[in-house]
Amino acid sequence: MKISWLPTIAGAAVIATVIRAAFFTPLEAKQGAAQKIFYLHVPAAWVAFLAFFLVAVSSGVYLWLRDSRLDRFAESSAEVGVVFTTVVLITGPLWAKPIWGTYWAWWDVRLVSTLFLWFIYVSYMVLRGAIESPPLRARYSAVLGILGAFLIPFIHLSVYLFATMHPMPIVGKPSKPSLPNEMLLTLMLSLASFTLLYFAFLRARYRYAVERDAVAAAIDHDA
Amino acid sequence: MADVLFAAWVIARKDLAIEFRTRSAFFSAVIFALLGLVIFYFAWDPTAVTVNDLAPGVLWVIFTFSGLLGLHRSFGVETEDHAIDGLLASPVSRESIFLGKAIANLIFVAAVQLIAIPALVVFYNLPLGNVAIPLIAIAFLAAVGLVAVGTLFSAMAVNTRLAELLLPMLSLPFFVPIVIAASQSTAKLLSGRPIVEAAAWIKLLIAFDIIFVAACTVAYPFTVDD
Repeated sequence: MKISWLPTIAGAAVIATVIRAAFFTPLEAKQGAAQKIFYLHVPAAWVAFLAFFLVAVSSGVYLWLRDSRLDRFAESSAEVGVVFTTVVLITGPLWAKPIWGTYWAWWDVRLVSTLFLWFIYVSYMVLRGAIESPPLRARYSAVLGILGAFLIPFIHLSVYLFATMHPMPIVGKPSKPSLPNEMLLTLMLSLASFTLLYFAFLRARYRYAVERDAVAAAIDHDA
Repeated sequence: MADVLFAAWVIARKDLAIEFRTRSAFFSAVIFALLGLVIFYFAWDPTAVTVNDLAPGVLWVIFTFSGLLGLHRSFGVETEDHAIDGLLASPVSRESIFLGKAIANLIFVAAVQLIAIPALVVFYNLPLGNVAIPLIAIAFLAAVGLVAVGTLFSAMAVNTRLAELLLPMLSLPFFVPIVIAASQSTAKLLSGRPIVEAAAWIKLLIAFDIIFVAACTVAYPFTVDD
């Protein structure tokens, strides 16, 4: 059997990250074990943003070049993005319950923005499923993929005006990161392994789209 | 530019003439809005929540949902006998078609509001008085953003298998900043706060209008070209 290297390496990296996060990274002093979810939540959020950013970029380029490969790329990236956004939306409330005392906080900017990302790209997938003609589907979803990227700052700003209680960024802030080195290393490893996992999923989903379209073309050809 | 706007106005007049003669969507949107006002009133405990706290949210939720009724019709009327093909074949730019549809929808939404807002004031016994003019300004800004996004999605949704189901699904996430900004600023006005306190929300509405009117006008031609 031929080994597929990208998913194998990505899977191994994620398992290694989880083991390191669970057993070889110190407990956070105040939050205890609950903080461990950070190594799953943050990289999943990063991958979700990367995925939707690439949807918007490939949608824009699609409208320019009209290359169906870009449409398949956007389709694949959106679907993988939705999966990771779902992970973010499940791990966030699980952490929030013991730490904030509530599963959900409407006044938190990132939480609500993430929920809307999920809504937009789920409806993106529904839109794709509701159109028969491939070029029409590609154009409509490209328009939605771009407009969705325009919407996010507005959602962000309108929830921000409600004030926030999300833990402030502690890695990318201007002063030195206040995360101890061991935790920072685990976080970096988790970001890297999740990014690999994203590309593994993306490639698998893209190949599926190629084969599906090839089958559809063959059926059309026979008919 | 003047040509584009003139052609847009001709298309808007066509749509408004159809609506004026059939009044199909207008009456259903008005009745829907009035029913919404009644249902929301009973969905709350009036001894726990004062009408001043309840009214802004009710107003803007009803505004978006009744707006959707008109928006669906906007391109829905063009599907009969492939009327849209005639419109696309006519010697006007795609931008004019989009803006014309949007202008007609804006007038439609404004006409529904012209009945729904006074009805809200009467039913909920609101101290409207001197906040009427800022409230109209907020309603206008909210309507422009709603109509820009909704018109584009209406054009897209009618060509899908899900049609009327897809329009709210696509549009509502985009209406959320409008509903938040409009209800928050209306709440400030109704509780007698100075309009400056609502300035951030009004700026948000203006920014939304500028970005999405431009983005949707540019995007519309991509949805029709073949």
